[in-house]
Amino acid sequence: MSAPFTHGTARERHEVEALTLGQFQTTVRAAVAVDGRVVDLWVTPRPDGARTLFCVLSVPSESTETTTRALRLLGTDLGTATTFPALTPTVPEVHLFERELAEDYALVPEGHPRLRPVRRTLPSEGFYSVSGDAIHEVAVGPVHAGVIEPGHFRFQCAGEVVHHLEIALGYQHRGARALLEAGPDARTLHLAETLAGDASVAHATATCQAMEALSGTIVPPRALAIRAIALELERLANHVGDLGALANDVGFLPTASFCGRIRGDWLNATALGCGNRFGRSWIVPGGVRFDLEPDRARTLRASIDQAYEDTASAVNLLWDAPSVMSRFEDAGTVTLEQAREVGLVGPAARASGLCRDVRRDHPAGAWLTVSLDAVESVPTGDVYARAFQRWSEVRQSVAVLRRLLDTLPDGPLRTPLLPLRPNAVTVALVEGWRGEVAHTVATNDAGRFRFYRVVDPSFRNWTGLALALRGQQLSDFPLCNKSFNLSYCGCDL
Amino acid sequence: MMPATIRVLLHLVVLLALPPLVMGVINKTKAALAGRRGPPVLQLYWDLARLLQKGLVQSTTTTALFRLGPLVTLGATLLAGLFVPLGAGAAPLGFTGDLVLFAGLLALGRLATTLAALDTGSAFEGMGVARELTFAVFAEPAVLFVFLALTQLAGLGSLSTLLHDGPAQALAVAPLLLCAVGLFVVLLAEGSRIPFDDPNTHLELTMVHEVMVLDHSGPPLAAILAGAAMKLTLLASIVIALVLPTASFDAVPWVGFGAHVLAILLMGVVIGLVESTMARLRMKHAPSLLVAALLLCAFGFLLSVRAQP
Repeated sequence: MSAPFTHGTARERHEVEALTLGQFQTTVRAAVAVDGRVVDLWVTPRPDGARTLFCVLSVPSESTETTTRALRLLGTDLGTATTFPALTPTVPEVHLFERELAEDYALVPEGHPRLRPVRRTLPSEGFYSVSGDAIHEVAVGPVHAGVIEPGHFRFQCAGEVVHHLEIALGYQHRGARALLEAGPDARTLHLAETLAGDASVAHATATCQAMEALSGTIVPPRALAIRAIALELERLANHVGDLGALANDVGFLPTASFCGRIRGDWLNATALGCGNRFGRSWIVPGGVRFDLEPDRARTLRASIDQAYEDTASAVNLLWDAPSVMSRFEDAGTVTLEQAREVGLVGPAARASGLCRDVRRDHPAGAWLTVSLDAVESVPTGDVYARAFQRWSEVRQSVAVLRRLLDTLPDGPLRTPLLPLRPNAVTVALVEGWRGEVAHTVATNDAGRFRFYRVVDPSFRNWTGLALALRGQQLSDFPLCNKSFNLSYCGCDL
Repeated sequence: MMPATIRVLLHLVVLLALPPLVMGVINKTKAALAGRRGPPVLQLYWDLARLLQKGLVQSTTTTALFRLGPLVTLGATLLAGLFVPLGAGAAPLGFTGDLVLFAGLLALGRLATTLAALDTGSAFEGMGVARELTFAVFAEPAVLFVFLALTQLAGLGSLSTLLHDGPAQALAVAPLLLCAVGLFVVLLAEGSRIPFDDPNTHLELTMVHEVMVLDHSGPPLAAILAGAAMKLTLLASIVIALVLPTASFDAVPWVGFGAHVLAILLMGVVIGLVESTMARLRMKHAPSLLVAALLLCAFGFLLSVRAQP
């Protein structure tokens, strides 16, 4: 067995742990049993028609001195087989990955409990249904009443109580992975930024990290710090927007109105850094495109202080309003057990007591040196927990931002990206505001992309939403949905 | 006393023209408290005018029930409005026991709305009907208890005489105050306001009243909006008559009229304040609040029995 590799480095292709299918599955099961988790699982066809099944695992470090985790990249040759025994029954968190295999490669995981397509579904077909006198079915979407992304939700209800929710997505499928695999070229970065528009910085950072690791480019420390600033500003804008949206969904107007405006202030802080409210084009391979000169850094620092003050006064109204608390508490609970089984990530996982954070577990760039304060959590797994988690993370992010701005290293902004090494593979992880953004990228003989895997946190967390709705009031669905606030296009790719 | 023709004319003007203004006041209050400019106070008038000029789209699965629903509801509410005094002295219509007809007309309006909703066959609208009727089970008896209390205080009579004489009784303050609070809560439920419903939401799954009328468009939608505003105004007028006895303005009818209309608009401000300061109730808890309102009205009635001379 080759040693686990650290995040931010690339490996030669032949260094992937090559196992038999049996060993592969045993390794995954064993790793998951001892606090490991599956970051990605996919197949890559070879020119000779055979296929290789890959898996990226995040495992606890063997050294007891560090809290960081290690990555393992496993591969197994499937030959030309069209079926394999499913891992899902024993490792439920891979259920969507295996459904993807069946959908995209006609590779059937035998024994998978619910083998529906992930993206190419029609809202009229094959839904799980409950029957009985008092049961009724409510179908929502893909066209919604608000300006939101399309998705289909099928509720099996007895009166107001939801027994089962099935979520069918795919309406935003753009073939993003295939487009990325045509690279690297001038479009690569733009494609990454639009994988999930509200997580532009997270995906752009992941893409740049992957390309830098594959080429061995060393990014200057000042650029790494500015990337971290951009990432935290993105987190702040979205968390604040979400808290406002949660207030809006329970009809609590004060916080809803204020947060709508304050989210704009956070977006404007990003615009102050790079000219774009979503951080587009700020991050480029080899560094960043725009500097934070002392003057601008001071202005940014001042606007962060002001926006934080406003955020605190608006958000604290929520916790003091009994009518809001009675809506948030005990709504849409995801237990720790469920969260672990389906492999939740991000604030949703942390709100269920599952402490996963790429910034701490797999630090790269500025996160190797910047310390993260512990956050105050209420790990009850309900809407309140997810809302409060966001507020805690807002405070954590503001503290980190201040630290980053105070200790901004000197030096150049970017170094030229070196050519990608042929036949190398790397995993780039970034803690986006929704959770772990994972890009697994490999190059071919010519140093072009051989495959480009993207896993957006929404892909995993949609299952969490479905579980949260079990036994809940149908009228609480929008509230539960908002407490996750997942991306449709990030999942559909 | 005002001449009868002027009285009726004023009544009709208030009945037809005031309700959209009340909605405008509610929205303006909410906007002001949220630091927004908000829509113009007269927005609903423009909306109604715009809707009346539009064509209508109807699902092919619907029948006459769907088409007649909004008209029957508006008609029933209008007719009910002719029995409620709106500040300008006695209402145009009235006879002993008309309060049962008033309650019946509001119930008929609800029946027409819910049947029209069920007629669409949509899962959403059926869901809305179930919710609306769950609320109605508690809201309707509450109104009847208020009327019973008035009858206890003022003897038999029309709604106009009861609302004029009842609150004027010396011992009426305590029972009618309870009734007024209870009826205000009922008004919030009947008017689809927070904490029972969220008039601003676009989320069908959380709606109560809005989700029942999703399929309506054009002039019928205008009828629904006008009818809903009218119903809210009528209930507000009753609540005001309970706490601001019209009998005390008998000598100065114009002052009484002005005070009543102003009080209705003030009620809009109060509703706006309620909506700006609290979140909506969880759907399954909403009936509990209505039960509390029902109990308040029932206790008001019990007190009125004790208060009888």
